[in-house]
Amino acid sequence: MQPDAQRDIYFDHAATTPVDSRVVEAMLPYFAERFGNPSSHVHSKGVEANQELDQSRASAARLINAPAETIIFTSGATEANNLAICGYLEANRERGKHLIISEIEHYSVINLCLKLRREGYDLTLLPVDKLGLVHPDKLHAAVRRETALISIQHASSEIGTIQNIKELAAIAGEAGVFFHSDAAASAGNIPVDVVDLGVDALTVSAHNFYGPKGVGALYLRPGAKLEAQIIGGFQERGYRSGTENLAGIVGMAKAAELALAEMPQRREHLTVLQQRLWNGLSQKYEFLHFTGHPSERLPGHVSFWLEYIEGESLLLFLNVYGIQTASGSACASNMRGQDEHDLAASHVLTAVGVPAEYCSGSLTVSMGKDNTEDEVDYFLQIFPQVVERLLAMSPLWADKLKGKNPYQ
Amino acid sequence: MPEGASPYSKKVMDHFVNPRNMGEIADATVVADVGNPACGDMMRLYLKIENGIIVDAKFKTFGCGAAIATSSMLTEMLKGKSLEDAKSISNQAVAEALDGLPPVKMHCSVMAEEALLKALEQYNRSQEQKPESFEV
Ligand code: FES
Repeated sequence: MQPDAQRDIYFDHAATTPVDSRVVEAMLPYFAERFGNPSSHVHSKGVEANQELDQSRASAARLINAPAETIIFTSGATEANNLAICGYLEANRERGKHLIISEIEHYSVINLCLKLRREGYDLTLLPVDKLGLVHPDKLHAAVRRETALISIQHASSEIGTIQNIKELAAIAGEAGVFFHSDAAASAGNIPVDVVDLGVDALTVSAHNFYGPKGVGALYLRPGAKLEAQIIGGFQERGYRSGTENLAGIVGMAKAAELALAEMPQRREHLTVLQQRLWNGLSQKYEFLHFTGHPSERLPGHVSFWLEYIEGESLLLFLNVYGIQTASGSACASNMRGQDEHDLAASHVLTAVGVPAEYCSGSLTVSMGKDNTEDEVDYFLQIFPQVVERLLAMSPLWADKLKGKNPYQ
Repeated sequence: MPEGASPYSKKVMDHFVNPRNMGEIADATVVADVGNPACGDMMRLYLKIENGIIVDAKFKTFGCGAAIATSSMLTEMLKGKSLEDAKSISNQAVAEALDGLPPVKMHCSVMAEEALLKALEQYNRSQEQKPESFEV
């Protein structure tokens, strides 16, 4: 197989997914025809919009086996994470000032909690093991009398690892501590059942399962108290004011219905692709190291790092050949930054023990329902060519060939 | 070579995909290694200098697209230059020759400038150490 200019292979579904055409179709009437404001209770357009909002809420709730009234629609996962954490702390100030999160949380959790720490909260960052798992014993040991909240993500978009949330939430439950889980990477891709998991709050993101961007949801267990973070009218039971993004919400609901109905086939297909890619890479290079858990991982997700090669140049070269992937390398971290101080290697990779000087060669390949085996084969053809070209440029590889350890 | 949308200029991508003077000079006059503390990257510059003229320049670089492209451009600019002229090549000049770099990537061109300065320094030192009888 030769490099092909016409290829457009999208292997970055952990960043975002394309909106399913059936979702787009479901959304379209809500721009110009059924444009009503759900808060206009009295006239027809408003009533119609309100009914659609209710139905959408029920569909979104079904995806995570929750009652409809527990769903708060938000502008996405970042807002849902912020609402869960700040909202809970503000509404439950008597609960103490200690927070527990894992080291590998999304920025919308980790940076928020670092801010709270600057404001006087005590923060425990739970370490993860080499495979990216939070150890229940570690959580157990970290919980204190003054612990107010625990937030641990369900699955990592970067290394693919799925946490045993059920076990972790049970520890929180025993201690009577509020437990939130960011399921942005998992909900819609693998079964997520808030009852079975036993969480108090859970974040969902529509654009991670073929829904539109700009819409997400927070599940909040009945009876839990939350202080609104966006103040205004009465939308979303007052938890989240602002006229609802109805087209987006309808899109999320449709995406949720499709995800629920098609999940078994999607997972099966993605597992085939994942195995194919994994097998194709695993024997090839002694300097390729997989990251994340080998079995407890998101379907279609393969992540690894390479010695001697830098990640951004890897991404650029793959893109030249029509393959779009992601990297946790510092160089690839923030193209829009002001200067080099805005660059940092992924905190997730350093947390799973990838030495900082190696983080630079990381790659995350996240496949989606519409990818094909042929695309995986194309990747497996192109990848070695790209690796070879970059090795030829690498002074570190040159040293290694001469028998020196370039990392010393 | 196919071309996807890129955060870099066409010239940067051209030098990244088809780097000029990539490789080693077996009988190089000087070899300079510089590291980039911001992201753990590295450039190795080889110069062959004859009678005060840089007759050949090659590089190996471990780093991002900007680092590779600036390495490539630097070696292009160096070839055939007198040491005196080479001294005045700044990282801005290299970046400009590539039609600019994103702000966050300017430090990668600094790595190229540092490699050049280090190589020239090494050369000067080696010249100073030479016994006088060798001078023509
Ligand atoms: S070498 Fe790291 S950002 Fe350019």
